[in-house]
Amino acid sequence: MTSVIELERLSVTFGRRPILKSLNGTLGGRAIGLLGPNGAGKTSLIHTLLGFHPPTSGTARIFGQDITTDAKLVRATVGYMPESDSFIAKMSCVHFVRLMAELSGIPAKHALERAHEALFFVGLGEARYRPVDSYSLGMKQLAKLAQAIVHGPKLIILDEPTNGLDPPTRSRMISLIRQIRDGGRARILLSSHLLRDVEECCDEILVLKDGRIAANCNLEEERRANRKFIELETRGGNRAAFVEAINNLGCEYALSGERRIKLILQETTEISDLYRLALENGIQIRRLNFKRDSLEDIFLKAMENGNAGESAAANNGNANIIENGNAQLNETENGAANGRTSDGGL
Amino acid sequence: MAVYEHLYGAYEGESHSALSRFFVIPRYALREVFKSKLFTTIFILCFIYPLVAAILVYLHHNANALALLQINVRELLPIDASFFLTFVQVQCAFAFILTVLVAPPLISRDLSNNALPLYLCRPLSRAEYVLGKMAVVVFLLSSVTWIPGLLIFFFQASLAGLSWLWANLWMIQAIFSGCMAWIILLSLLALAVSSLVKWRVVASGALLGLFFVPSAFGEIVNNLFLTRSGHLISLWATMNSIWRGLFGLFVRQTGSIRGKVRHPIYDEQFFDIALLEPPLWVSWLVIALICAVCVWLLARKVRAYEVIK
Repeated sequence: MTSVIELERLSVTFGRRPILKSLNGTLGGRAIGLLGPNGAGKTSLIHTLLGFHPPTSGTARIFGQDITTDAKLVRATVGYMPESDSFIAKMSCVHFVRLMAELSGIPAKHALERAHEALFFVGLGEARYRPVDSYSLGMKQLAKLAQAIVHGPKLIILDEPTNGLDPPTRSRMISLIRQIRDGGRARILLSSHLLRDVEECCDEILVLKDGRIAANCNLEEERRANRKFIELETRGGNRAAFVEAINNLGCEYALSGERRIKLILQETTEISDLYRLALENGIQIRRLNFKRDSLEDIFLKAMENGNAGESAAANNGNANIIENGNAQLNETENGAANGRTSDGGL
Repeated sequence: MAVYEHLYGAYEGESHSALSRFFVIPRYALREVFKSKLFTTIFILCFIYPLVAAILVYLHHNANALALLQINVRELLPIDASFFLTFVQVQCAFAFILTVLVAPPLISRDLSNNALPLYLCRPLSRAEYVLGKMAVVVFLLSSVTWIPGLLIFFFQASLAGLSWLWANLWMIQAIFSGCMAWIILLSLLALAVSSLVKWRVVASGALLGLFFVPSAFGEIVNNLFLTRSGHLISLWATMNSIWRGLFGLFVRQTGSIRGKVRHPIYDEQFFDIALLEPPLWVSWLVIALICAVCVWLLARKVRAYEVIK
């Protein structure tokens, strides 16, 4: 997998306030989700990658080009859809998108052709001669997407692309993003606090918290690793003996409420073994789900571990956040593999 | 990608140079500017005086036309430094009107619609963006000031002959420098105001205010303190000094005031106060300082996103 974005001890400070704190890592997914609570530094990271904010220390590379020394080259390969309403007033959408294409280096004649194509692609073909300021919010979002892709960038940065969209428009936006991703001609960096959007579009996520990397993982791998997670709903019988028997099989488990048991099946264990143990202990298995670790679980784990990591870092006096971040992620994975007996530990 | 396919495709064609990219902003802005009928009318009106000046030059060298119109050549304005100084003064006044019409929305409209991130996320630096916007004003003002000025100069030279050209060659520099100083000052000032104010009308008002309020205040200072130093805060008066200096017509003492005092022996005694214009270098310094402040303001305000520290 070729690296799209490489972060190398990237720090950004506004005044005396650190915004991004020594970020390290390599992102190489087809669509990278940038997650984090409000104020985590998602937009600041995007702005820094685009050269809007100079790094205080460290640097980053996009497709191997340094964002500080090769800023123009970087920006020539990037398409950016800002979060807020951005357009050029008193200009028809097709002229607006054409202007953006020309500013990206496309000759005037081709730029007009590309503008028409981009607007048809996003679904604004019929409204392309209307001024952008007369558009609805959803149409403005689509126009912003059109201007971001009109010059055929290698990396498309989308900052909260589904903000304020109604469900049909949101679905359309998500479908367009997936279409671009599946086309394979451009990589996507999608920043959002809507986990569902990221889950539907991205194959890699970078979770930021307080300007630090709380998690960086490949969603596909995570999903594959979590295939043997099982959730049981039981009734009656000797529950304590049943969980003891599960433990004896080598399966990690966690009790969730009075009736639910979450467990990870070992490779040597079969589902039939669970039914056999249930029969032996007089337990009725009312429901058995193959529970996939959702992005929400991953995100919440990253947030929890982020807190733990911060206090650990503070105790150790260790300023290397990235190493901590990775360690936290490993710990999470190990934690999941080893199992926890505490409630909700899985 | 073809329109009917509705698919996303990368662009694989040729790209144009950085220089061509720089001209994209002025090209689009000029197209917008000439959509206004008011502006187009005033822009055309700006060429009336150059036309009159060209006719005057022509009449000076055409005995038949003078005879036909029954005008004596001595009755016409002489074609000399003062003729071109008046030309520069008149055209620069028109240039100010054009600036008030054109410049205020150039940056303010982008700021109010949050368009700066769209420009600056492309291979375009902040300086190139400002220069691109400035090029709009510079192009328009040049077309009504030094370009017609030099055309009339060469028209006169072609009619008067080489000896006149050699004797007055220095005026080329005076016309060009005088107009360019005014154009640069106006464009920087207008763009700085445009970057500070998000509303076009307020920006236009602020530009007019910057021009007229200090001039009025300067005149009050001059009259109260019996001086001419108040001209330093008047853009028009300062530029007038510079233009006069460039055309070799600058005179420091522009007037005097006779005062009288009562003397115990001689009863009344009269004295004269010379009213001295500020030195030329001070006028240049004032203009340079204003430009520097405007550049500083533009550097602060023209950013993709404003960082609140």
